[in-house]
This record gives sequence, C-alpha cells and structure tokens, in this order.
Amino acid sequence: MARLLIAFLAGGLFGAGLFISGMTDTTKVQGWLDVFGAWDPTLAFVMGGAMIPMAIAWMIRRRRTISLTGLPMPPAPSKEIDGKLILGSVMFGIGWGLVGLCPGPSIASLSYGGPGLYAFLAAMIGGMLIAPMLRARLDRAVPAA
Amino acid sequence: MPIDWIWGLIGGMLIGTGGAVYLLGNGRIMGASGIIGGLVDGSGWSTAAERIIFLIGVALLPVLLMPFYRAVDTHITDNYAVLVAAGLLVGIGTRIANGCTSGHGVCGMSRLSIRGIVATCCYILAGGLGVVLFRHILGVI
Repeated sequence: MARLLIAFLAGGLFGAGLFISGMTDTTKVQGWLDVFGAWDPTLAFVMGGAMIPMAIAWMIRRRRTISLTGLPMPPAPSKEIDGKLILGSVMFGIGWGLVGLCPGPSIASLSYGGPGLYAFLAAMIGGMLIAPMLRARLDRAVPAA
Repeated sequence: MPIDWIWGLIGGMLIGTGGAVYLLGNGRIMGASGIIGGLVDGSGWSTAAERIIFLIGVALLPVLLMPFYRAVDTHITDNYAVLVAAGLLVGIGTRIANGCTSGHGVCGMSRLSIRGIVATCCYILAGGLGVVLFRHILGVI
C-alpha cells in the first residue's frame, strides 16, 4: 500500500511539473530544438530545475541500500555505450522533434491533448510492442562483447 | 517569455522532486518510457499496480491544476502521418535505448551516468537536426 501511495505521489509531482512547466505544449519543446527558428530556452530551465532535487536524492541514496518501503535501491549505472543506446536515442530524438512530445508529457496531457495526442499515443504503444523484437534482432546482429 | 522560464524552473523542480520521491521511496528510477513500456510489452507486469497508479498520478494532476492555471493548449499538429511516424519513433527508440527524457535525462544525468549523458546528447542532437530538416528544409512540420 505504501508503495502505491509513493507511486501516486511521485506520478502526481511528475504530472504537475510537466503541466506547470509548459512541457505538454509541443511548441515549447520544438522551440527548444529549433535553434534556427524562434529559440525557446524553457526546456533547459525545466531540465536544470529537475536536476537539483534529483541530484540531492542520489546523494542521499549513497548512504542507503534500501528504499523507505524496503525495496532495493537501483544498482550503479552501467557504463556500456552500445549501438542500441545510440540508435534508440537518435530515433527517439527525431520523433520527439517531429511532434514535440516525449512519453511523460503524452500521459500528462491525456485529458486535454485531443485526437492528435491519441493518434500519437497509439503509435507510441505500437512502437513499444514491436521494440522487443527489434532489440532481439539488434542483439543477434551485434553480439555482446 | 521570462515568466515561462520561471514556470519552467518551478515545474522542473516538481519533476525532480517526483523522481526523488520515487527513488528514495520505492527504489525506482522514474523513467516514463520504462514505466509505460513495461506495461505494454509485459516485462513489467509483476509491478503493474505501481506503474498504473504512477501513470494515473501523471494524468490526474494536470486535471486538478487546470482551473488555477493559464490557458492550456498543446498546439499539437493535426498531420496524422507525422503523428503516427513520431509516435512509432518515440515508442521504438525509447525502448531500444532503454530510456527517454525522464529516465536518461533527469534521472541519469543527475547521477552523472555516462549512458544517460550520451543518450541525452543523441536525442537532443537528433531532435534539433530533425526540426531543421523537417521544418526548415522540407517544410513538413
């Protein structure tokens, strides 16, 4: 129960932050990416603002091995830079720029995004369904060292 | 415009606080694509309740805040070919790269994860080049 409450609180803060910061407005995201147009620096402030509490949380994490609800803390991050990380991030970036939506804001704007958002979401879910297959293929093409 | 930056900063701090709560409370990394993707492909069904409750929180808070906030408009394109192409790219890309703006960007970079930093550089660069190509050269968005 405590875990569900924490999940709801974390999700609520995330949704409220995405909404207040204007990140569900696709013009603000595209404005940040569009350095040759009317450049909009808002996204940098959002990222910067988010880094502050998160960096503090990682510092606290160093002194704890389990979370408040008893679940283990995530392990140290992998250092492996592989083709999947690069290819996936490039694909994501192009999609992100095309419409100005990433997964978080697509959920935050669920109540006011309209039919365009639903089309995007349906395609995103479809993409997530076929991704495991592509991932397996990439693993076969480039065997892990 | 400056007022937008202030809202951006405040909203960003709320996003980071959400990530901090999820990490310290449940020991989890707050990555939207991972939370959604695990539900979609079945890999996260053992923690489905937590994921669904998280997503309900994400979708619900904007509804609660709406009456107190300035006009809301997503300005989303009505070009369905673009919407579907972008959705597919975002869905496939974030799952192959194992993260998006929240997981790799907010959570990864704040702990100086090299994967998070490389991923963020890649998607911002690709997004920027994409906007130049599709908006300024091809004129489709």
